[in-house]
Amino acid sequence: MLADKDRIFTNLYGQNDWRLEAARKRGDWSNTAEILARGRDTIIAQMKASGLRGRGGAGFPTGLKWSFMPKQSDGRPHYLVINGDESEPGTCKDREVMRHEPHKLIESALIASFAMGAHASYIYIRGEFFREAERLQAAIDEAYAAGLLGKNAAGSGWDFDFRIHRGAGAYICGEETALLESLEGKKGQPRMKPPFPAGVGLYGCPTTVNNVESIAVTSTILRRGAEWFAGLGRPNNAGSKLMAISGHVNTPCVFEEELGVPLRDIIEKHGGGVRGGWDNLLAVIPGGCSVPLLPKAVCETVLMDYDSLRAERSGLGTACMIVMDRSTDIIKAIARFSKFFKHESCGQCTPCREGTGWMMRMMDRMVQGRADIEEIDLLEQVTRQVEGHTICALGDAAAWPIQGLIRHFRPEMEARIRQYKAAYGSTGLVQVPAGGVPAAVE
Amino acid sequence: MSTVWTPAEQPDSFVFDAASEEEIAGVLSKYPQERKASAVMPLLYIAQRQMGRVTGSAWVPVVAMDVIAQRLDMAAMRVYEVASFYTMFNTRPIGRYHLQVCTTTPCWLRGSDDVVEACQKATGIQHFGGTSADGLFTMTEVECLGACANAPILQVDDDYYEDMNAERTQAVIAELRAGRRPEPGPTVNRSVSAPLGGRKTLLPSSTVEQE
Repeated sequence: MLADKDRIFTNLYGQNDWRLEAARKRGDWSNTAEILARGRDTIIAQMKASGLRGRGGAGFPTGLKWSFMPKQSDGRPHYLVINGDESEPGTCKDREVMRHEPHKLIESALIASFAMGAHASYIYIRGEFFREAERLQAAIDEAYAAGLLGKNAAGSGWDFDFRIHRGAGAYICGEETALLESLEGKKGQPRMKPPFPAGVGLYGCPTTVNNVESIAVTSTILRRGAEWFAGLGRPNNAGSKLMAISGHVNTPCVFEEELGVPLRDIIEKHGGGVRGGWDNLLAVIPGGCSVPLLPKAVCETVLMDYDSLRAERSGLGTACMIVMDRSTDIIKAIARFSKFFKHESCGQCTPCREGTGWMMRMMDRMVQGRADIEEIDLLEQVTRQVEGHTICALGDAAAWPIQGLIRHFRPEMEARIRQYKAAYGSTGLVQVPAGGVPAAVE
Repeated sequence: MSTVWTPAEQPDSFVFDAASEEEIAGVLSKYPQERKASAVMPLLYIAQRQMGRVTGSAWVPVVAMDVIAQRLDMAAMRVYEVASFYTMFNTRPIGRYHLQVCTTTPCWLRGSDDVVEACQKATGIQHFGGTSADGLFTMTEVECLGACANAPILQVDDDYYEDMNAERTQAVIAELRAGRRPEPGPTVNRSVSAPLGGRKTLLPSSTVEQE
């Protein structure tokens, strides 16, 4: 368990002031120019050595990502774009950074931009976070007034502008290329990769997109040393991470914890235990709704980090877990995610646009039990047809929760179907002839 | 996205007022001159807010989109596309207060159904998307609002009301009806997203300054 002295976000709960003066007392902006004087290559090497992996869900090594940016500009400007579109159900960590630690974020954005040769950075904040954007803007204004942003930012000799762009309620804009499209003033529909943003990103210029948390930890890592950060957590799963617990626990909350701590300990310590005691636990979704759920048996022993959860065929995702106790209708809980993905599909790729609708409608019937047992396999098959057949990962994300449900809770689904059959005699479904849909049916 | 394009009764004209123009100048300075199409979302927000300010209903009529298209040298269709793709732009009039209830799983697990029911009871609205007879409230079902540790959430315009239940939902709506906006944030005795009963980390004794 992480000790308070090793926490990066020391004002996570806004228990102290967020403004510049108080942030300086917490160590922010103390030797920014000195860090930049180490040079681009040293900073990237130190970020690689720290073992930081992307905090937005995919877990790609951050230092490595930065090293993909061109070393020399070919005349096009470079951009750092920060992804503050936090919309993954269950996830509520970046909000705390933006509203309570804005200066950590701004300072880290300067350092990261310098390391990638960028003189400008945009942060894309989801539209609903109006107050958070307001707070961050106030912090940006303070930083400009104090000479920490703009020409010769923080006395480093590097010119740097930091700006906010607000989204408007589209989950898909959390996908990096959709985010760039949206920032350019278009519908948020993902782009094909390659070309990757590091070659052709925002306005056709080299761009790196990083999660808010991945950026915000940078200043502290470089200040306290890569070895310090790498010393936390487990090999290949280094450092501390913002996490959250929601759902059926006694005290839902956001907190910072070391990676590689047993999931059960986290629920007991931070979540105050499962409502009704540990034995009342049904399942946990460990990292936002896109990752498959874990049944109680796995929750007993699994460690909370990228590789341990991957080994259980789930994932760390955003590390914001949703806990469900035995009173939960687990089929309905997952069906609600299917509705979510149906709503949020951008409509660009047919397998996702159509498939999310199919999955939602089949899941709705599974909730009632109005289906045949064989249709569980059909549903599984539909998820396989969507997964991996779309431009972005939303199709995969829509498929995985259902696959997790079938993998771990198939007996419950079958029981529901039998129950319905016993009560109503049949599924009441009519096979529509291939020749056409009778007008009266619609 | 499932936003359906349904033009409502449209005003004949739209002009940005002085307050909006000031905001627009600030927005345009954020993007490279030749990339001003980036400002389309901020300008739609500004138009929507102006409508809210002037008419009491925050929505974006088609004429406003045309004005924005002209301002940003975009085809009008490109602006319509953006306005109809993103759910936070209201393309038809709404009530004075926009009640946005999150019903995604983390909120549902903690009782968002009760919040929805309380909204219906307190406003008389029957369905999502409906507006109350007095024109004060519109209730919308929204997807995850990103504050799940404080579920369930009721968002009223720009503010989050957190840790809601039926009773406190009715209380918030009663206040709004009386023309007052209650303090946003958790409606139970907790500080932001810290655990109920006080924080378990970052305790006063141990939060010494780093470095």
